[in-house]
Amino acid sequence: MTAAMLGEAWAAMGANRLRTFLTMLGMVIGVGAVILMLAVGQGAQQQVQASIASMGSNLFIILSGSVTSGGVRMGGGATPTLTLLDAQAIEELPSVAAVAPSSPGTAQMVYGPNNWSTQVIGTTPSFLTVRDWRLEEGFPFTESDIRSATRVALLGKTVAQNLFGDEDPVGKTIRIKNSPYVVLGVLAGKGQSLDGRDQDDTVIVPVTTAQRKLFGSQFVGTVRFIMVQAESAEAMPTVEKSMNELLRQRHRIREGADSDFSVRNLTAVANTAAETAQVMSLMLGAIASVSLLVGGIGIMNIMLVSVTERTREIGIRMAIGACGRDILLQFLLEAIIISVIGCLIGVGLGVGGALIVNKVSGMTVVVTIGSIVMSFVVAATVGIFFGWYPARKAAGMKPIDALRYQ
Amino acid sequence: MAQHADAVIQIDQLYKEYLTDAGPVPVLKDVRMNVAAGEFLAIMGPSGSGKSTFMNILGCLDVATSGSYFLNNRDVGNLSKDELAHLRNQVIGFVFQGFNLLPRASIEDNIALPLIYRGTPRSERLKLANQMLTKVGLASHRSSRPNQISGGQQQRVAIARALVNRPRLILADEPTGNLDTATSKEIMALFTELNERDGITIVLVTHESDIAAYAQRLVRLADGRIVYDGPLASAAAPHLESTV
Ligand SMILES: Nc1ncnc2c1ncn2[C@@H]1O[C@H](COP(=O)(O)OP(=O)(O)OP(=O)(O)O)[C@@H](O)[C@H]1O
Ligand SMILES: [Mg+2]
Repeated sequence: MTAAMLGEAWAAMGANRLRTFLTMLGMVIGVGAVILMLAVGQGAQQQVQASIASMGSNLFIILSGSVTSGGVRMGGGATPTLTLLDAQAIEELPSVAAVAPSSPGTAQMVYGPNNWSTQVIGTTPSFLTVRDWRLEEGFPFTESDIRSATRVALLGKTVAQNLFGDEDPVGKTIRIKNSPYVVLGVLAGKGQSLDGRDQDDTVIVPVTTAQRKLFGSQFVGTVRFIMVQAESAEAMPTVEKSMNELLRQRHRIREGADSDFSVRNLTAVANTAAETAQVMSLMLGAIASVSLLVGGIGIMNIMLVSVTERTREIGIRMAIGACGRDILLQFLLEAIIISVIGCLIGVGLGVGGALIVNKVSGMTVVVTIGSIVMSFVVAATVGIFFGWYPARKAAGMKPIDALRYQ
Repeated sequence: MAQHADAVIQIDQLYKEYLTDAGPVPVLKDVRMNVAAGEFLAIMGPSGSGKSTFMNILGCLDVATSGSYFLNNRDVGNLSKDELAHLRNQVIGFVFQGFNLLPRASIEDNIALPLIYRGTPRSERLKLANQMLTKVGLASHRSSRPNQISGGQQQRVAIARALVNRPRLILADEPTGNLDTATSKEIMALFTELNERDGITIVLVTHESDIAAYAQRLVRLADGRIVYDGPLASAAAPHLESTV
């Protein structure tokens, strides 16, 4: 029975191909837009999450200099007020897992015929712990390298590739600002940071080497920032408070005066970014859903016209024995077939579009089975929902009225 | 009402009004008629006398305003919409003046259509449809569209469709109204054969007395009332026609 009705519905659709196609187009565009927007939104979300995961957990960053507004002030990290001794003192605080005082700068490095200009961070071995950064090859430098300010370096993946190509960098000597540095290891790839920088385009050297030999800081012993990892997420507020107190005390800042450093909770920043990405993803989905809705209304529109136009046909069918249910089923099936085929094409276009977006803009796109299944369910629902009213209308006609319809 | 084993149609005190903007218009007034199984009955009457209205009620396409209609001893007035659809599908075959074929379906599919609503499987549908096509002499046109064949052929298709569910009653409202004399004769020969050979009861509306002449019994309607009901021979059809 249903198979036969399916045939009738199919035949009716084939009889008016252009109209069927145009109706379907609404559905195709709606579903395509939903799939594409979800793919883009989820891609953005995934990218943010990957960046967050690469950042390390329960992180604070303490910047030199004040960032509070009021009067003319230097930006964060502009005047070096933090010292290695500050870092050591923070390490003594309860619930602090690791501390990494850091001094970044840029430098030109050369290996053989290749040269590369990049960010160099002078820091301590605990930097790798704090950032949860593994070594792909070789070994990290140690406390004794810090004490004696040896010329050793760890290369980020991008740097290693640009200087060495396929060659194994470990144990080789590169020249940074014309001084020889031994490459101890290569860092594992981390990808993009939250602000879109390539985190692998970095070289890490002992903090003392950076201070004394590489950048020649005016204030020996100072660092630009200190990264601090708390033992747990719960401990973060306490750690933040005790660090503030400790540093104000050490820097002899009077009560009421502005601090000459600032503490930022990186984990909170990351969470905000994740929330933003999620909201964006939801909004894209919502906008696309509107086009799906419009597609559905298009189906209802055409089905209503179709019911009116085919009133006589309905009358004939009823005269030879179709009951209301048969007519309802026929028109409902038409609406469902249109929406489901439209959905299939839409999924194809949406996935294709997502791949093109990925190719053209390099954005991460994620097409999940979930979003495809969801579009299918929504399309079928839209078909039933918007097909129901016209189909009811057709099924509710009196045979004689339908037959007499001119 | 008395129950007759061989009564197909029993109509008593049937009234039908159409509701128009100008108020209710009575079209059928106190119509009483019985039809026994195997009868061949012609209904005549001037235009507007209510013949089509009556046929539509007989065919369960429309319902009477009051009165009783028993079809095969079942009270049609008490039936649900679905039960009426079932009657139209399996008990009655209706033939229209305007053929009423589905223009976009093939001849074969048109004939098989009532079987869909009966739930007959596809292979069986096609087999029965082709049997009917052969019966009405159109086997060579099975995949044509209705607009590719003549009016007479279309009416044969419509008759084949009315017959495909093997109904015991055929209702035909001016089946030859759109056809020329020669074609009309062919169609009437087909009806006669169905009546005589297969014993199908036939009720047919016509304006032409030579078409009515194929029937055994004549019912004459005038202004919504039955003014004559009797054997065809004594009806003196042309004479009566001129008096109403
Ligand atoms: N749907 C309707 N609404 C209102 N009045 C109607 C309707 N259908 C028919 N009538 C009226 O009912 C009367 C009988 O119509 P009907 O079609 O039954 O006549 P008929 O005998 O079949 O005529 P003809 O020989 O021309 O086919 C006519 O006066 C007509 O105007
Ligand atoms: Mg009529």
